[in-house]
Amino acid sequence: MTSLFAKGRKTFKNLAVILFFIAAPVLIASASSSEESADEKFSPSEMIMHHIQDTHEFHIGGKLAMPLPVILWTEHGLDVFMSGGFYHNEDNTITTSKGSYVLQHEKIYYAGEHSEDGHSARPLDFSITRNVFSLLLSFAFIAWIFISIANSYKKRGTAAPKGMQSFFEPIIIYVRDEIVKPNVGEKKYAKYLPYLLTLFFFIWINNMIGLVPFFPGGSNLSGNIAFTFTLSILTFLIVQFSANKGYWKHIFWMPGVPIPVRFILAPIELLGTVSKAFALMIRLFANISGGHIVVLSLASMVFMFKSYVVGGVVAPFILFIMVLELMVAAIQAYVFTLLTSLFIGMAVAEDDHH
Amino acid sequence: MNLLTPDLGLVVWTSIAFLMLVFLLSKFAWKPILQTLKIREESIDEALKAAELAREEMGELKADNEKLLVKAREEREQLLRDASKAASMIKEEAKTDAEVITKRMMEDAKAGIEAEKQSALAEVRSQVANLSVEIAEKIIRKNLENDKAQKALVDEFLNDKSFN
Repeated sequence: MTSLFAKGRKTFKNLAVILFFIAAPVLIASASSSEESADEKFSPSEMIMHHIQDTHEFHIGGKLAMPLPVILWTEHGLDVFMSGGFYHNEDNTITTSKGSYVLQHEKIYYAGEHSEDGHSARPLDFSITRNVFSLLLSFAFIAWIFISIANSYKKRGTAAPKGMQSFFEPIIIYVRDEIVKPNVGEKKYAKYLPYLLTLFFFIWINNMIGLVPFFPGGSNLSGNIAFTFTLSILTFLIVQFSANKGYWKHIFWMPGVPIPVRFILAPIELLGTVSKAFALMIRLFANISGGHIVVLSLASMVFMFKSYVVGGVVAPFILFIMVLELMVAAIQAYVFTLLTSLFIGMAVAEDDHH
Repeated sequence: MNLLTPDLGLVVWTSIAFLMLVFLLSKFAWKPILQTLKIREESIDEALKAAELAREEMGELKADNEKLLVKAREEREQLLRDASKAASMIKEEAKTDAEVITKRMMEDAKAGIEAEKQSALAEVRSQVANLSVEIAEKIIRKNLENDKAQKALVDEFLNDKSFN
């Protein structure tokens, strides 16, 4: 009885510590923001949009920010410099030997040519933005995790898994046996398995990094439309290029329906190939961005009401949403991988039901 | 609408990073991991099959043992039966032998008794003959004195020696 009580107390203590860590930045931020609020009014939508979108510097906390390299393909060739000037210089302008650029709403324009209607010329921007930074980080992290796991497989052979191996092995087996194998098909799954495993862990780990509330996490990479666009385009390409004759026949000349209906079905089916990928893109984007927006909106309430009481009330809600987002991170990776496997499976299916 | 327009830079970077990751992991991670998993699963499968086979063999062995045991039991019973038969046969023989011997001994004894009897009778006969001779002698002596005395003597002798 006493041990149960002690256990309950310990759990309560742990919960309190977690709550403190979640609430602390909010409370500190609310304390520091009250000083600034004299000259500028806090706008939650601006703050949220700033967080959701990509930026050219990595905000760490307070006035501390990490400048990131800007890589531009301009009319005069490649131009590389650090982004710090965009945020500290007057007019947000940086001048280099090859030209001068201005940052407006996180988009880089040629300075001088910029007009207010937004139709001015832009150099091609390949900068290491906050999202690219996060992407490279996740690249290194994922490569490190799985190559080190692979090395322990090589070293330990078929012995029982140990350490990190035993955490990831069930997930790898789950992806193989529950997602890829039943959807792609027993015969052809092996060819697509490496891609789909990478896809699953790439989305999942990037979702998780996005949930870390402090540097170097917290960037909304997997909730960025460019990220989801790339992954769904790859799904689309893989599906179209691995499709067999039966798949194309089902699109352009649907068997088993009257001939006039076939003419109507062909454009619909053709559109369907694109809309599947489009749905993938929007689903991941909306889920991850939505999660970030909910958490930030809750946190914004503290700034709007400027009250510690609100902070205390909101913190458990933020905790709840954060835990929910941890689930969403895995679920969205699962759904994306599942649907990609399903589409591949439909494209490579043996045409044996006629 | 800024949110919904993919940024070219990030698209390019994501493509590069993701495709490199696919390549790297396929080559250095998934290949050894999946291979090892497959080998392990196969070895577990084989071990299970071998265990099943061993169990079947054990079952067969057990059945064989049972059969052997039954056979051994039957043999034992047969042996016991044979042995008891032999024993009773020996007993029977011994009995008949004993009977034969007893009979012969009895016959011998009877013959012995008969012989003793014959010899005893012969002795009695000879004694009777001797006595008769003695009596006759005495009668003859008395007869020499007087007739009366001879007669008394004969009577006396006859009274003394009564045959039994």
